[in-house]
Amino acid sequence: MSPAERGSAAFEAIDLRRSYRLDGVSVDALRGVSLRIEHGDFVAIVGPSGSGKSTLMHLLGCLDRPTSGTLLVDGVDVSTLSETKLAELRNRTIGFVFQSFHLMGRTTALDNVALPLVYRGVSRAARRERARAALAAVGLEHRLDHRPSQMSGGEQQRVAIARALVGEPKVVLADEPTGNLDTRNGAEVMDLLARLNAGGGVAVVLVTHDAEVAARADRRIRVRDGLVEPEDGR
Amino acid sequence: MRTAEAFAMALDALRVNRLRSMLTMLGVVIGVSAVVVLVAIGTGAKDAIESEIAGLGSNIILVVPGQIGVGAVPTQSRLDLADVAYVRRAVGDPSRVTVSVTSGETVRVGRTEAFVTINGTDENLPNIFERPLARGRYLSETDVDTRRRVAILGAEVADRLFGDVDPLGRQLTISGARFRVVGVYATVGATFGVARDQEVHIPVTTAQRLLGLSRIQGIAVGASGPDQIEPMQRRVLAALADRYPGERFSAVTQTQLLGTIGSVLAMLTGVLAAIAGISLLVGGVGVSNIMLVSVRERTKEIGLRKALGARQRDVLAQFLIEAVLLTTIGGVLGILLGVGGALLIQALSPVPASITWWSVALAFGVSAAVGVFFGVAPARRAGRLDPVVALRTE
Ligand SMILES: Nc1ncnc2c1ncn2[C@@H]1O[C@H](COP(=O)(O)OP(=O)(O)O)[C@@H](O)[C@H]1O
Ligand SMILES: [Mg+2]
Repeated sequence: MSPAERGSAAFEAIDLRRSYRLDGVSVDALRGVSLRIEHGDFVAIVGPSGSGKSTLMHLLGCLDRPTSGTLLVDGVDVSTLSETKLAELRNRTIGFVFQSFHLMGRTTALDNVALPLVYRGVSRAARRERARAALAAVGLEHRLDHRPSQMSGGEQQRVAIARALVGEPKVVLADEPTGNLDTRNGAEVMDLLARLNAGGGVAVVLVTHDAEVAARADRRIRVRDGLVEPEDGR
Repeated sequence: MRTAEAFAMALDALRVNRLRSMLTMLGVVIGVSAVVVLVAIGTGAKDAIESEIAGLGSNIILVVPGQIGVGAVPTQSRLDLADVAYVRRAVGDPSRVTVSVTSGETVRVGRTEAFVTINGTDENLPNIFERPLARGRYLSETDVDTRRRVAILGAEVADRLFGDVDPLGRQLTISGARFRVVGVYATVGATFGVARDQEVHIPVTTAQRLLGLSRIQGIAVGASGPDQIEPMQRRVLAALADRYPGERFSAVTQTQLLGTIGSVLAMLTGVLAAIAGISLLVGGVGVSNIMLVSVRERTKEIGLRKALGARQRDVLAQFLIEAVLLTTIGGVLGILLGVGGALLIQALSPVPASITWWSVALAFGVSAAVGVFFGVAPARRAGRLDPVVALRTE
């Protein structure tokens, strides 16, 4: 069936390839990946280190363009989008959570969370209001004016999740979100992501090494040597 | 992103790196303050000289043999008193023409001596030049006709030779000849570095005999009004051309003198401003340099912003605004420093300084332009940064 017949998915990848040139040598990070992730899906991407998981996430998140192949995000072929349109897509459709949090060090939790709305032209007052609500949703209403250095790793990652959801995205992409956290904090982050998926209907795609974490997802996509292996449970 | 928002964000970034921001601004601060101070001094010098020339008197035409101009060879004068009488007839009103023979000589009173400028002139000098007396009288027609040995002293000469004693009626020796003091001029100050308070005026006829001369050096004509200057100038030159066909004479007016000096000083001011401008440019290169370092340091931040939806032009604007803020804040500080410096120089030294609004506006405009010009390259680099590469940088 063609994508059009099945309606638009959150992501639809057809034969995605991405190769890097390194010192004149070509490295194939992805060697023809096809997959489909529906709206509201909860997907774990698993695989050994260096298999191409992050590369895939960057392509899905429109931070990078494939060397070849087609990627539809929410039904739109991203190869047709300009740099400006891609930025808008990242801003409105996608929320990112990174392994090392990537918060702005000298900025308060509230302003960190409000940052995506700056690029949407939302007024300062409205931004702070929405950021406060997002921080409350991750249980950090008491940490609004704290800087990242004044918070624990688990709290920092929850701030990052609040930042990912403040713009009400359709999907959240999380690359090893629990990789830098202990088990308890990791579980808390997973609870948040699961709640976001179940309650808000937001598709969650996360990369993980941890089988326990992966088990909480509805689907598992295995990546090995730049290729997707046939899925179980399908 | 909104513009006000972008400025607030840029200010924040500068505040985070306070020390570096200040050091980066320093080049611009120095450049701008140098422009303001140097232009103030140049303009002040021009104003001072122009007011000196205006203080000579009004509607004066100076007639000299040969050609006046930069690099012109001084001409041996062939004019004598007969020529002066001739010019007087041509002008119509003899009292509007005076004459000058000058020479540096030593004057003595008892054991006190001074080296002064002797100026042989006549009774018409005060009709043409602004030269008020403090005491006594001007030269008279009889003084000139009978070659009297009388002298009028400049204020400083009188002070040096006689001190507290009233010089009127006293004797002094000029090159060995005895003279009687009949007048003392009021203080008038210097013109073109000619210290007029250090002159001694004696009758032109007496001066010619004393110095062994039959010639005179220059003739000064006073026009009856500003609109009479040009016709008078032409009439005098035509008369002299008639008398000495084929020879050159020059008749310069104060206005022409002012124009020449004004343009020379304006050029000098321009050169000073240009030199200061170069230091502003060097400051701009510094800004560019530091901005490039800043872009590299904040690679991760830029990647993150892009991941969250910043467009290329949002990031470009952020860094460009930072650069422009650096240079314009530096510009404002430089203007304050320059104005303060100019006022200080004015107050503490004899150098006149006059702050001009155009140099302030120019310095500010140039520093803003320097920010844009030198900020563009780093800002473009930031804007084009690949978010993936930026985010992978740990
Ligand atoms: N910018 C890059 N330049 C060159 N090679 C890269 C680059 N990014 C990733 N790679 C290579 O691509 C492969 C996949 O990397 P990655 O997607 O980060 O794997 P994973 O996230 O599964 O550990 C690895 O061999 C890695 O070295
Ligand atoms: Mg990875």
